[in-house]
Amino acid sequence: MNHKEGRFLPVLTVILAILAMWYVGTVFLNTPFQKDIYKRQNQENVSMMTLVQDTMAQERPVLPSPHQVALEIYNTTVKKKITSKRSLIYHSWITLSTALLGFILGTLLGVALAISIVHNRALDKSLMPWIIASQTIPILAIAPMIIVVLNSMGIQGLLPKAMISMYLSFFPIAVGMVKGLRSPEVSHTDLMRTYNASSWQTLIKLRLPASLPYLFTGMKIAIAIALVGAIVGELPTGAVAGLGARLLAGSYYGQTVQIWSALIMASVLAGSLVGLVSLANHFVLKRMGAAA
Amino acid sequence: MNALTNMGSTEKGLSLIAAVASLLSLLLYLPDTNKEAVYGLALPLFCIIGLLTAFALYRYRQARDHKLLGGVAVGLISFFGAWALLQSLGITETASGKVGPSFWLAAIAAWALAWLGVERLAAVSVHNKWLQGLLRVTIPVLFGVWLLVIWELATRGFEVPQVLLPSPSAIGARFVSSTAILWVDFKQTFLKAVLIGYAMGCTSGFVVALLIDRSSFLKRGLLPIGNLVSALPVIGVAPIMVMWFGFDWPSKAAVVVIMTFFPMLVNTVAGLSASDTMQNDLMKTYAANYWQSLFKLRLPQAMPFIFNALKINSTLALIGAIVAEFFGTPIVGMGFRISTEVGRMNVDMVWAEIAVAAIAGSVFYGLITLIERMSTFWHPSFR
Amino acid sequence: MQDAILSSESSMQDTKNVVVSTVVEARSLSLRFQTNDGHVDALSDIDLTIESGNFVSFIGPSGCGKTTLLRVIADLEQPTGGSIEVNGVSAEQARLSRAYGYVFQAASLYPWRTIANNVALPLEIMGLDRKERKARIKKNLELVNLAGFEKKYPWQLSGGMQQRASIARALAVEPDLLLMDEPFGALDEIVRDHLNEQLLKLWDKTNKTVVFVTHSIPEAVFLSTHIVVMSPRPGRIIDIIESNLPRDRGLDIRETPDFLSIAQRVREGLRQGHSYED
Repeated sequence: MNHKEGRFLPVLTVILAILAMWYVGTVFLNTPFQKDIYKRQNQENVSMMTLVQDTMAQERPVLPSPHQVALEIYNTTVKKKITSKRSLIYHSWITLSTALLGFILGTLLGVALAISIVHNRALDKSLMPWIIASQTIPILAIAPMIIVVLNSMGIQGLLPKAMISMYLSFFPIAVGMVKGLRSPEVSHTDLMRTYNASSWQTLIKLRLPASLPYLFTGMKIAIAIALVGAIVGELPTGAVAGLGARLLAGSYYGQTVQIWSALIMASVLAGSLVGLVSLANHFVLKRMGAAA
Repeated sequence: MNALTNMGSTEKGLSLIAAVASLLSLLLYLPDTNKEAVYGLALPLFCIIGLLTAFALYRYRQARDHKLLGGVAVGLISFFGAWALLQSLGITETASGKVGPSFWLAAIAAWALAWLGVERLAAVSVHNKWLQGLLRVTIPVLFGVWLLVIWELATRGFEVPQVLLPSPSAIGARFVSSTAILWVDFKQTFLKAVLIGYAMGCTSGFVVALLIDRSSFLKRGLLPIGNLVSALPVIGVAPIMVMWFGFDWPSKAAVVVIMTFFPMLVNTVAGLSASDTMQNDLMKTYAANYWQSLFKLRLPQAMPFIFNALKINSTLALIGAIVAEFFGTPIVGMGFRISTEVGRMNVDMVWAEIAVAAIAGSVFYGLITLIERMSTFWHPSFR
Repeated sequence: MQDAILSSESSMQDTKNVVVSTVVEARSLSLRFQTNDGHVDALSDIDLTIESGNFVSFIGPSGCGKTTLLRVIADLEQPTGGSIEVNGVSAEQARLSRAYGYVFQAASLYPWRTIANNVALPLEIMGLDRKERKARIKKNLELVNLAGFEKKYPWQLSGGMQQRASIARALAVEPDLLLMDEPFGALDEIVRDHLNEQLLKLWDKTNKTVVFVTHSIPEAVFLSTHIVVMSPRPGRIIDIIESNLPRDRGLDIRETPDFLSIAQRVREGLRQGHSYED
């Protein structure tokens, strides 16, 4: 790809095209129901303009229009108190805190596992294949069970959900870190050997710094998947709080606008979290003198 | 090979643990008057063998020299220990007694011996290719089986309630007794939602990638968005799809289509631009047209990327279909079964269903990897 | 700028009755790259004529535009001024009619194709039938001494063998013109000597026109009938040296006074271009 040409204009065009398609979709998908309404109200010869306007103002549309969703988000963020159960910020915060807690725990666990795998050949040969194999298993299926089982043990609130996020996010970290800790060239490790450095010194001075790019790559995947874990973890508790709960409640009551606003909010969260990690990545690597 | 591992001290420590644990276990076992009724004879026999092995490994150099033979022998002894422990657990349960410290000490000894076996096998360096492959499989299998053994011993020895964590044998029994239900769920979720959605999502992602590949403008516009979407919780569209396409499998397949589309798109586009300038120039010197360089150069070059997407998507598809069922299904399907059986506290059924998901997921992934190896044999990672 | 017409009536052209024609003709050719901080004159006011049967080397320090000039001949780069003709037509038309074979710095073989299928690649693109392809693969692999390696994959071969395979691939097109961009640059000197000798034999046998980019003076002198000395900033031709060495030469010719005096002239030309001023 040519880096001289900008990406701003193409991206903007694509976004506008998506919005346009969304509007067209709104009109098309909502028209049948709207026509039903007209029939019941014995309205005839409704002008095209009115029809289009009405399709975008239904209470429970098949596909809400972008501005309906935007309005809903505005109403439930800016206009509601943060502590209110109807505030989207409140629900986002629940999900975010779960995801972050799980992400931090998962990162620590992943790094610890990676370090022990790199330092122990037996663990490498016995545990590593399982870590890789376990990525092929739909871990998320365990989510309801973890929640319910931990609940029955009396553990409630943030922790059970965070466990799911942790469980999901430690895989990419562990796999990436093992690669990263092994990334130093032979000449670099040989240099450490000429200094008679202990394996601890080699870890701190060579392997950990060398693994940072891999850590960040893993963290970008991990934070996104931690958010997914938090959302799915909220489903089995029966729609109490959080973005996942909003999705489930919305699907129970056919509140499509609510579903879409929760979905958009979750996407914004995911985007900003990944963006933050990328920013940290950029900053740290720059401090370390890497060509950014 | 690995300068970091200090084999000697780990092995010595482990054999010391094994020796001490089996000796103590034996000592605690002896004064027990009703011993045969409680533990049977296999356990003390294991303790004696374990003690001798551990002592030999600790004391004599010769015993430490034969890594392969020693590893296999120690592994087999640890399995004998596992068998003895499980057997005595059965006796204890019928005698309705509780396992005592003697049992746990023997368990520790067996576990230490198992690790010792793994440790030795991991240190083996053989040049026979066939043997190498066998070792590469054996070590993790040994580890996995021991994980199951520990799980079994812990859940039954500590009498963990079934609702919390059923033992592997209970899960296995449940699996065998409810194959009919599991098969119906598998058919609904995997054979319909996952496979159909996966095929549609991957194909459309690939086709769209081929289409936008010709326009640099579209590529620059769609790639950042595709990358972003890959990081989004796409699973959240599940309730919407359920509303649009109904409760049955098409809505789940639709979720799978959306989840698998973008990874395929992004990877294919990246793969198509993977060929270097020199190779593109070569095609130009042949005056090759677009299609010729697409089929002869760029698509083969993109294959590793495409397979990467196929692999990522195989996991995503299964997750998508199962989670989408949490949002409403007819009364069949793996996700449905998991959520309802959890509600009824039939945790062993949930585990059986998870086992099906795990097997399906690994086999699916394994198949794709196999095809990948056959068709991209030339790639440096496979040579 | 001196006029740089290369004559083919040199004493070297042996008694073979070859109809001599102009293969490459460049007139006040220039190429300017736009960069973020201004522009770079990769080629400036190049006048060059290459006639059939010649072995022409472009030599000069890095950045002198020798590779760029070769790429312009191959229509991989378009000039911003002047004109270039290959076989009497534009470079683009020549490329579209597959007038030349191009050998890159790296072998650039496709890892997923066997050696035979790599050689077959351009033939498939040209739409030759299977029988013809087979015949050409056999012939050209024999020409570069790679018979018996048809079924091997590139990564199973040494660097020198890979480069030979890529030459066979270029020859398979059966072009009269062979363009080679530092083809042996990545190889060690012993292999390089060997391949140089083989290339020379090949050229002698087939009477092709070869344009060869190098930064090695001995290599240029050993191989060429004409040596084009180039200099950077802007990329231009300093001197064109006609070699009087016999067409049929062995590696030991490098010890002869004739060889050394030509090498001396090349060295002087390079110095004249002030290429080492910085």
